[in-house]
Amino acid sequence: MTTTDNSGDVRLSGISKTYGSFTAVHPLDLTVPQGSFFALLGASGCGKTTTLRMIAGLEEPTLGTVHLGDQDVTHLPPYKRPVNTVFQSYALFPHLDIFENVAFGLRRRGIKSVKKQVEEMLELVQLGEQARKKPHQLSGGQQQRVAVARALINHPKVLLLDEPLGALDLKLRRQMQLELKRIQMEVGITFIHVTHDQEEAMTMADTVAVMNAGRVEQLGSPADLYENPQTTFVANFLGTSNLIEAEVDSTSGDDIVLKAGGGKLSLPSARCSAPAATGGKVLVGIRPEKISLTAAADAGEIPEGRNRITGRIVDSSFIGVSTQYVIDSPVCPEFEVYAQNIDRDARLVPGAEVVLHWNPAHTFGLDAAQDIDAGVETVEEEAA
Amino acid sequence: MTAVTEAPPPLAPTTPGKKPPRRRGRLTPYWLLLPGMLWLVVFFALPMIYQASTSVQQGSLEEGYKVTWHFVTYWDALSEYWPQFLRSVMYAASATVLCLLLGYPLAYLIAFRAGRWRNLIMILVIAPFFTSFLIRTLAWKTILADGGPVVGALNALHVLDVTNWLGWTAGDRVLATPLAVVCGLTYNFLPFMILPLYTSLERIDGRLHEAAGDLYARPWTTFRKVTFPLSMPGVVSGTLLTFIPAAGDYVNAELLGSTDTRMIGNVIQTQFLRILDYPTAAALSFILMAAILLMVTIYIRKSGTEDLV
Amino acid sequence: MPFVNWLKRRLVVIAGLLTLGYLLLPNVIVTVFSFNKPKGRFNYQWQQFSTDAWKDPCGVAGMCGSLGISLQIALWATVGATLLGTMIAFALVRYRFRARAAVNSLIFLPMAMPEVVMAASLLTLFLNMGAQLGFWTILIAHIMFCLSFVVVAVKARVMSMDPRLEEAARDLYASPAQTFLRVTLPIAAPGIAAGALLSFALSFDDFIITNFNAGSTVTFPMFVWGSAQRGTPVQINVIGTAMFLVAVLLVLASMLITNRRTRQKA
Repeated sequence: MTTTDNSGDVRLSGISKTYGSFTAVHPLDLTVPQGSFFALLGASGCGKTTTLRMIAGLEEPTLGTVHLGDQDVTHLPPYKRPVNTVFQSYALFPHLDIFENVAFGLRRRGIKSVKKQVEEMLELVQLGEQARKKPHQLSGGQQQRVAVARALINHPKVLLLDEPLGALDLKLRRQMQLELKRIQMEVGITFIHVTHDQEEAMTMADTVAVMNAGRVEQLGSPADLYENPQTTFVANFLGTSNLIEAEVDSTSGDDIVLKAGGGKLSLPSARCSAPAATGGKVLVGIRPEKISLTAAADAGEIPEGRNRITGRIVDSSFIGVSTQYVIDSPVCPEFEVYAQNIDRDARLVPGAEVVLHWNPAHTFGLDAAQDIDAGVETVEEEAA
Repeated sequence: MTAVTEAPPPLAPTTPGKKPPRRRGRLTPYWLLLPGMLWLVVFFALPMIYQASTSVQQGSLEEGYKVTWHFVTYWDALSEYWPQFLRSVMYAASATVLCLLLGYPLAYLIAFRAGRWRNLIMILVIAPFFTSFLIRTLAWKTILADGGPVVGALNALHVLDVTNWLGWTAGDRVLATPLAVVCGLTYNFLPFMILPLYTSLERIDGRLHEAAGDLYARPWTTFRKVTFPLSMPGVVSGTLLTFIPAAGDYVNAELLGSTDTRMIGNVIQTQFLRILDYPTAAALSFILMAAILLMVTIYIRKSGTEDLV
Repeated sequence: MPFVNWLKRRLVVIAGLLTLGYLLLPNVIVTVFSFNKPKGRFNYQWQQFSTDAWKDPCGVAGMCGSLGISLQIALWATVGATLLGTMIAFALVRYRFRARAAVNSLIFLPMAMPEVVMAASLLTLFLNMGAQLGFWTILIAHIMFCLSFVVVAVKARVMSMDPRLEEAARDLYASPAQTFLRVTLPIAAPGIAAGALLSFALSFDDFIITNFNAGSTVTFPMFVWGSAQRGTPVQINVIGTAMFLVAVLLVLASMLITNRRTRQKA
């Protein structure tokens, strides 16, 4: 596999899909470079699977084109595309044994001597012993590996994974995440991975596209998405964010000064994705783990230059590595703070008056015209 | 990974901007449906029309028949054969109720209590099908024979006194009485009750029984409030699969009954195959069909299970 | 009262087994009476044990011939009904088309119609067309009433099939024809087999529709019906018993084989 080869690039130009009056995917431009591990992340019904199926050829786009490298494959049926899919719940052929499942693609392409390749592939996924079993005799994790082997043996230009780990339990899922990542590095094929699990997407992918209601909300590396969310949906869907409505007080140098609940907060203008004219509104965001908590009595010890908010602890839950606090403050009645359990201050119990403070560089600013709760409910639904 | 595979299939060249190929297969469903539907139209629907037409014809075998819209045939047929119609409905209804009463415990047994015997019992329910039903029906002649052990036992237990009083049997005989016919009908259509009952009982999650018990329901209450309502689809299709063929049957009435137990099926058969009075036979058959369709429609509406196919 | 309690707990089992007895009693009688040596023409009363009939099963004029005709008709009716019914089932599950409701009712009605009505109306058609009653008219009728049962059996199976399996096949370089042959058909096979088996049993055992449309052709059920009037030879019981035993043995054997196969692989 040469890295200069671009035949594994996937280029979507203005593709969209409508069913009657329902638009599953709005016109979308996306380029996935050869050899990358790309994730489409979103809640169910956001259009991520439809996008994947259009790349696989199982769905024809209403508008737009799909390119693999320089070839237009938009109207090519799936069995003529050098693209293979690991299906949700695997879709292993129940009437064929593991060997024949893996050999299926080779045989259809008229390759006669498949034995050696299939055996090598089964060794790669550590299923050499199971070759003559039927799919239903394997465990979920083994079935998952068969599905991957069955697709990879064809050396596709692009491997598509549709919620490949959805049916596995948490521990196995973690293990398979690393396993898939390892395989991807080994074979160097472009992987496009669809999932609703933000942790899964962030662990595995180099690049993540967060989708919502048929559109890509934001695209970037996992760290970039987490640290610099551009929309409330991304801020809430990936992890947790505290969002505060604030008014722009003044702009000084590289910083914007904001008024919220009587206090002032500072925000680097580079981290504000909304226009910030004086007097205008912005949503100020801060991740719960960036915040430090100090008892009100020690407020004087907080260094200068940090953003600070006063409040009262409403609830605290101890979860081992950290303690999660809910704090009632003038700017937000349910401020979340995660504190590492390094030195626990015995005074930080429900009812205690506290000061929250954080480095202004961790603050981000969002357009206030958006729904402040976008992406929150969907996360809860998926968790249920 | 070592590149042991041959290259993936080369991409078929496509001209950019070309219209997508016209989707094939728009007509496929019609081609698939055509032969079978044609068969049903010609040999099921069309005959119904022919029959309707025959029922309003007049004439004779020698001179041929002509459509004269002679609806009087219907009136004559009904006024002459209403007892047989009534008898058919009553026998079929009795057999259906008996099938439900006998079949439910067996279906329940197979679904919940049979354990490792389940498959064996299932085979024993289906296996009799493989012996011609006529042979098995004839066996009832032996079982219910005059002076045989069954009749003797019923006599000794004074069951026959009760059934005589009800008019189901006559004297010391069971053969050639309504009881024998209903008994034969019940026997013949019992599997058609058991199988759908079993299918819907088997789908019930066994934990529901435990949940009901946990929520203070006694076994009988559990059955009435949980099991039976959930088995309704099976009850509905089972009763239909029993009642419909039983109402049109003439084999049991002929083999196990007498001239006093003739059902409407016997009349249609005799008119068609022996007396060769085609208009009357067609009219009777048409009335039977209409009556059954009417009853079935009302029944399905009432029981709220419209999706039977 | 421990006994009453014991009885109460086993009431369902006892009632169920009694029903099973009711279902199987005639088969026992048929088997026992296949060893009878009746005095008169009718084999309804036990006289003495004899294996004469078993030694000469075809010793009755016309019986084995009728058996052959029944087998032939059942075989062809099964082939015809399975083919046509499977096609309809696939169309119903896999495609959208107009007149679906009409098609559904045309499938449902033959199953909701007393046999005698179908028999009589089909006879009026054949009489009106001046068709020669016999082998072909019986076959036509049997395909007609078996068709719906095949559709129902195959439809249930195809509907429960994961559509992703076919997508997976297409994704793995199988053309539409290969997808059908390699994936769809093998997975639908149990449903098709069930439909075929049912067709065979229904056709082989059919009496009422055959009675109307057979002309002078005598199938096995027709032969039994005739002998009920003229006198029942013991050989009828021999055939009945043999069919029962063969069926049970076949089913048991197939169960044993599948059992062993799953145990070996596990």
